Amino acid sequence: MNTLIRSLASLVIVGMLQHTALADDAATSSGGSTLLVRNATVYTMTRDATAPLKGTDVYVQDGRIAAIGQNLTAPAGTAVIDANGRALTPGVFGGLGHIGLEEIGIEQTTGDFAQRLGQMRPEFDVTLAYNPESMTVGVNVINGVTFTLLTPASASGGSLVAGLGAPVGLDGSAPLPARIMFVDLGGDANDLSGGSRAAQFMLLRQAIVEARAPNLVMVHDERLLSPSGRQVLVEFLKGNGVFVFDVDRAIDIRNTIKFAREEKLNAVIRGGAEAWRVADELAAARIPVIVDPLHNLPDSFDEVGSTLQNAAKLRAAGVIVAISLNDTGVDDAGKTRQAAGNAVAHGMPRMDALAAITRAPAEIFGAADRFGSIERGRPADLVLWSGDPLEVSSLPELVVAGGKTQKLESRHTALRDRHYERVKSGTAR
Amino acid sequence: MISRRPRNLALLAGLSLALTACSAAGPMKGTDTSKASVTTSQSISPSTGSPYPSTYKPAPSAPTLIRGATVLIGNGDRLENADVLLRDGVISAVGVQLAAPADARIVDGRGKWVTPGIIDVHSHLGVYASPGVEAHSDGNEATAPSTAQVWSEHSIWPQDPGFEAALEGGITTLHVLPGSANLFGGRSVTVKNVPAVTYQAMKFPDAPHGLKMACGENPKRVYGNRRQLPSTRMGNVAGWRAQWIEAQEYARDWKQFESRKAAGAKDVRPPKRDLRLETLAGVLSGEILIQHHCYRADEMAIVVDMAREFGYRVSAFHHATEAYKISNLLADNKICAAVWADWWGFKMESYDAIPENMILVDAAPGGCAVVHSDSAEGIQRLNQEAAKGMAHARRMGLEIKPEHAITWLTRNAAQAIGLEARIGTLEKGKMGDVVVWNGNPFSVYALPEQVYIDGALRFNRAAPRALPESDFLLGQPAYEGVIR
Repeated sequence: MNTLIRSLASLVIVGMLQHTALADDAATSSGGSTLLVRNATVYTMTRDATAPLKGTDVYVQDGRIAAIGQNLTAPAGTAVIDANGRALTPGVFGGLGHIGLEEIGIEQTTGDFAQRLGQMRPEFDVTLAYNPESMTVGVNVINGVTFTLLTPASASGGSLVAGLGAPVGLDGSAPLPARIMFVDLGGDANDLSGGSRAAQFMLLRQAIVEARAPNLVMVHDERLLSPSGRQVLVEFLKGNGVFVFDVDRAIDIRNTIKFAREEKLNAVIRGGAEAWRVADELAAARIPVIVDPLHNLPDSFDEVGSTLQNAAKLRAAGVIVAISLNDTGVDDAGKTRQAAGNAVAHGMPRMDALAAITRAPAEIFGAADRFGSIERGRPADLVLWSGDPLEVSSLPELVVAGGKTQKLESRHTALRDRHYERVKSGTAR
Repeated sequence: MISRRPRNLALLAGLSLALTACSAAGPMKGTDTSKASVTTSQSISPSTGSPYPSTYKPAPSAPTLIRGATVLIGNGDRLENADVLLRDGVISAVGVQLAAPADARIVDGRGKWVTPGIIDVHSHLGVYASPGVEAHSDGNEATAPSTAQVWSEHSIWPQDPGFEAALEGGITTLHVLPGSANLFGGRSVTVKNVPAVTYQAMKFPDAPHGLKMACGENPKRVYGNRRQLPSTRMGNVAGWRAQWIEAQEYARDWKQFESRKAAGAKDVRPPKRDLRLETLAGVLSGEILIQHHCYRADEMAIVVDMAREFGYRVSAFHHATEAYKISNLLADNKICAAVWADWWGFKMESYDAIPENMILVDAAPGGCAVVHSDSAEGIQRLNQEAAKGMAHARRMGLEIKPEHAITWLTRNAAQAIGLEARIGTLEKGKMGDVVVWNGNPFSVYALPEQVYIDGALRFNRAAPRALPESDFLLGQPAYEGVIR
């Protein structure tokens, strides 16, 4: 901010520079990039923003947003990108999934997202397994996904309390502290609760009783939780953490709302196939919902009321909505943006849909100071798009994640380039 | 199951079992409504004829003239401000300023885009139906590595709500395959996407069957876990070859029988019928088209050699995540690659999948790229899958025009299932399968407004149905209020 120079003449107009060259120029030795994006349509996605700022510049200095305005100037030698009116948004949320927690979905030796200890271990912290150098990180970041929620899964042989997760930026940095606890409810968790969804609340209440009364006298075999599990859970019960309940059926959501109210939990609904049917109650309870706007088929008897209009109806009722695919594969993260576009096609206001993959998940998961909006003083986490940011036909032309300009290269582009040469020469055989 | 929410039943339910699949078809002679029979070769045995004939009948329809639209023909051409006339169930005329027949229903196409009906060559709707309860796991006869005797059509549940959801995404024809647990999964079938009580009433008249085969991880995992062949990729190949050798002998026995009979020999007894070998022999005679699930380039090249060894053709490789590494080989052998836009990493053999796969297949002279779904979600928006490929093409400096990209969803798809003479383009005389979109179909905001099948309006977004087509959803309290 204090280094802004008011001389247009000193600008180095880089214009439509090659992305890779831009990355080389812009990345500073300190790690944070310095660059000026000129004449963009800026979707700041701050709470008060109702429309994008047209013809606006964003100046990033040493990895932080230093200025947002018109006709900004920058020191000589600063990389300047002429956006030519194109959209600049915060980096996109990759949803709840396993980026950096698995390399190959089906190969268990490469997957670390679930414990199968046969015990309820709320202290199972999946962020300890995160590999920032996984191929799955780089492939996603070049498509504009700059952050995701590391999400443990409930596996057979594990527990309906899947464990702890946290947001992480896809810039190679460490995950945030694990303050999100994941709980799986409904028919597909029946094998983790003795065969009935009724036992799910029974088990959760027992765990809560144990955590709230650490001196409760019980023989070891009757306990659900380890001492460290009780310690972790009791912190959440004091309000220092968010519970994400994976639940779809309307009545199960209603029971979850009641449970959260009685136990004073910070609750989030994930999945929520029938959430639209209890939208008013969710809005009144101020419980956010993470929905998959592509989900419209009754995959199970918990989801008979699935509809493509779920997101739009929840939003219309005043519910806070974020978007994640239900699938948790590393290749699903890139589809949250497509899912948001489809939500718009089915009635969700466009700015709400964009918020649902930027600010909303960042706020819900306690990471709004790092992700989800373009604000002065915040670390730069932004994407310049070739077109409409919700369009499947658009791709990033510039990605700044964690304050660093990312090379738009990955293992995928390396494969593409190698084999395209072979196709062109007629030797791809 | 590891994942709380598997990508799809066919795919990850398959930690133990089956992933996905494609399969077989057979000679469908003498069925009713078809205008052009594509299965002309003789049945390899006399009894394969048409024991489960199509009963599909086009719905009655008035002549319809769609006027003033952007029309993507499906063969690479595009017309602006153009008209499409449907009459008697077929494409009657396409052009600019067509004269309106007196009896025609007029549809204002201004600002709209018109394409051929979208074709999905890889679906498991009906055989892995929603809801995905155990009782609906009908896609993999995973009890032996070769079950070429099973027909996917005998598993189709017409009440699968996925069919009408796909219709709302513009799907007019789909090819339903068995899963990929087996080396030979069974016959696959083409259906018209119309509501029906029996599958026969959906069955595409006179369409060739496919035979679903599978490479790679799935068969070797499923049977390797049972300590039987195949447990390796070399076991896969040995398993295929042994079956083809049997099929050659079977075909020879029948040919001998028929020539003796034709020569007037008495007391010649026909060979014993074998449903498994009947399907394989149908492939060798060219009546049944091979739909081969195969991810890796090196394995596809082996299959190409094997097809030459036994004298049959591969119609399409499905999934084919490494097709881009052998684009020229596939083009030279006239094999289509039916691919996703952006699935990768869910198994080792998909590790090298890239979003430009369809682009690099298409880039080879003579290449046949097809976009497929293998998913009850993906089938609802194949247009968006193609659009993602187009975006990645642009990033590498290639501009793919909409009139070209549509061929991946229509003409090329029709070719892969042996129906290019009847569907896939808006050319005079072809079936009247048409989608009217509210804009450029390669936009995320685009939705089909009207979908015609054989000239009849089967979906109209402006006049939503009061009730679901699926009997399963009918009368479900949780479904009330849903207008999809």
